[in-house]
Amino acid sequence: MDIHEYQAKKILSSFGVTIPRGGIVYSPENAENKAREIGGSKWVAKAQIHSGARGKAGGIIVCNSPLEVAQATDKLLGKKLVTNQTGPEGKIVNRIYIEEATDIEKELYLGLVFDRSSESIMIVASTEGGMSVEEISKEKPETIIRSKIEVAVGIQNFQARELAFGLGIEPALIPRVSDTIVGCYKAFSELDATMVEVNPLVISKQKQILALDCKMSFDNNAMFRRSQVSELRDKTQEETKEVYASDRGLNYVSLDGNIGNIINGAGLAMASMDMIKLAGGSPANFLDVGGGATPEKIVKAFRLITMDDKVRVILVNIFAGINRCDWVAEGIVQALQKIEVKVPLVIRLAGTNVEKGNEILKKSKIKYIEANTLEDAANKAVKALGK
Amino acid sequence: MAVIIDKSTKIIIQGFTGKMGTFHADEMMKYGSNVVGGVTPGKGGTKHLDRPVFNTVKEAVKETGATASILFVPPAFAADSAMEAADAGIKTCVAIVDGIPSHDMIKIKRYMRRYTKSGKMTLVGPNCAGIISPGKCMLGIMPGHIYKEGRIGIISRSGTLGYEAAQQLKNLNIGVSTSVGIGGDPINGSSFRDIIEKFETDNETDAILMIGEIGGPQEVAAGHFAKENMKKPVIAYIAGLTAPKGRVMGHAGAIVSAYGESAVEKVELLKECGVTISKNPSVMGDTVKKVLGKS
Repeated sequence: MDIHEYQAKKILSSFGVTIPRGGIVYSPENAENKAREIGGSKWVAKAQIHSGARGKAGGIIVCNSPLEVAQATDKLLGKKLVTNQTGPEGKIVNRIYIEEATDIEKELYLGLVFDRSSESIMIVASTEGGMSVEEISKEKPETIIRSKIEVAVGIQNFQARELAFGLGIEPALIPRVSDTIVGCYKAFSELDATMVEVNPLVISKQKQILALDCKMSFDNNAMFRRSQVSELRDKTQEETKEVYASDRGLNYVSLDGNIGNIINGAGLAMASMDMIKLAGGSPANFLDVGGGATPEKIVKAFRLITMDDKVRVILVNIFAGINRCDWVAEGIVQALQKIEVKVPLVIRLAGTNVEKGNEILKKSKIKYIEANTLEDAANKAVKALGK
Repeated sequence: MAVIIDKSTKIIIQGFTGKMGTFHADEMMKYGSNVVGGVTPGKGGTKHLDRPVFNTVKEAVKETGATASILFVPPAFAADSAMEAADAGIKTCVAIVDGIPSHDMIKIKRYMRRYTKSGKMTLVGPNCAGIISPGKCMLGIMPGHIYKEGRIGIISRSGTLGYEAAQQLKNLNIGVSTSVGIGGDPINGSSFRDIIEKFETDNETDAILMIGEIGGPQEVAAGHFAKENMKKPVIAYIAGLTAPKGRVMGHAGAIVSAYGESAVEKVELLKECGVTISKNPSVMGDTVKKVLGKS
């Protein structure tokens, strides 16, 4: 789960990371007042969307008066911002963060992620803040320093100090930089985060260490014990069909193609998508209805797939393990009684009671194309596109 | 003795009296697995499915001599249960449960460092289908009948894709020595490398089929291990050619976030290690057959 910049800043600030003064607003009037409340003579209006690279997309506006702050807010609210991370459909701006402008002397990069090979938390830092970490590793890999943290004991001060010295920070500022690193680590480990990124972390002309832009992502599996974090979810930032799916316990990812998929198991779903591509087609989605694939889930899956206008063929591929094909087939028949499917339907059943399952489908009045193997299913789905 | 479990392996069910635990314990017993009891804290002293129920794993081990366990407890309590099993001297623990936080998985693995290599429990999963040695023992939730007895070892992240492979092999009259589901989470109890190493020394396995997917370094790490240490042929399929970068594809671990984690890159790196690649998921069986024909 992702959260907004202002939410991440609030969290990090509670762990001792210094952030510029600022506040969230929902209207231009609100924005003007907020600017006066913050004080100073220069502000930044920042569109809050779940994406980086907002500056290049026009989502960050520097303002020299409270009036300009109001105007910038007016301009940004309700706008769809398209960045290199949002996809062509962009993301809607519903909230603006107003922040005092910072006189930047130096920009640094600080990121924390899970390192899957060492199964520990990895801190990555660089003197080249402001660029994405991918850009840094391509263009200035020599500036990247890393530290693996043993999670059983957590971060030690010396590790934070080593990183700070490694960044070439002047001695007087080392304690503040170290505190910032320790604060980010604590937020990561205490809140079940999967990623914390402060980019840039800046040294201001007034020698303050400030988190200027922050991103945090969290482990969906841990949200049951992090109600304060899960409340920060902003569904307006997620794709409509993906929200519909996640609210109904379906694993769904929207894609660009036109063959809709209903499959049980994530691995089999990815494999079926691969087969569609090899057959010359393109999947409209990834959808895992779960190993169980109950009739109710299958009905929900059909509802979801038929919401997608791109879909011109639907492919159902179920390998029945602990459930049975006859049960799955009944689910499909039920679904098609409730939901009108206007596009060709290809069904492949395999596993437990496959003969019974196919018999139920044949006896029902549903129109479909029967497939026997994974390859057969993909070929028939692609062929059906032409019809 | 098959690679991890066998006909005589004494099994206890953690979360025995719950709906999932009851259903799958029954399935395992029908398959012929030696389920000797179960654990549900607070229900000790009772009987369930005609087997004794214990309050703690220690007690269950002491009374039954169990060496294997399978977890059917909710995600929030799974880490605690896995550590309890390790501490009670269980040798093999399968965690079926989907949804354990990554931080908890790290905690379990750190906890298990207190044991010496020989005394350490083999944790398989979470978010997996479990282990089956066809005709001998099932410690999992797979449909046992799709597995034919034979000499191919299967390691798979995905449950249903592992079934797909077993069925393709069965259709070609090729059987399986043991199939291990290691699960789709970013941090898991046993890696591809851990299991592939066990198969190399298993005298009932001739070749290994590894079914991986996008995300993480494990498939390639197993490839390197195979190149340097193994004589048995390794065949691999990597799912997710069409998966977009940066998106989680169902499994929490199936996300491309660094170089070497996409399907195309993994295939290239595995080829360099001398692993035979199954070009697509519908020819996993055929690819194994071809490799067997050569050796």
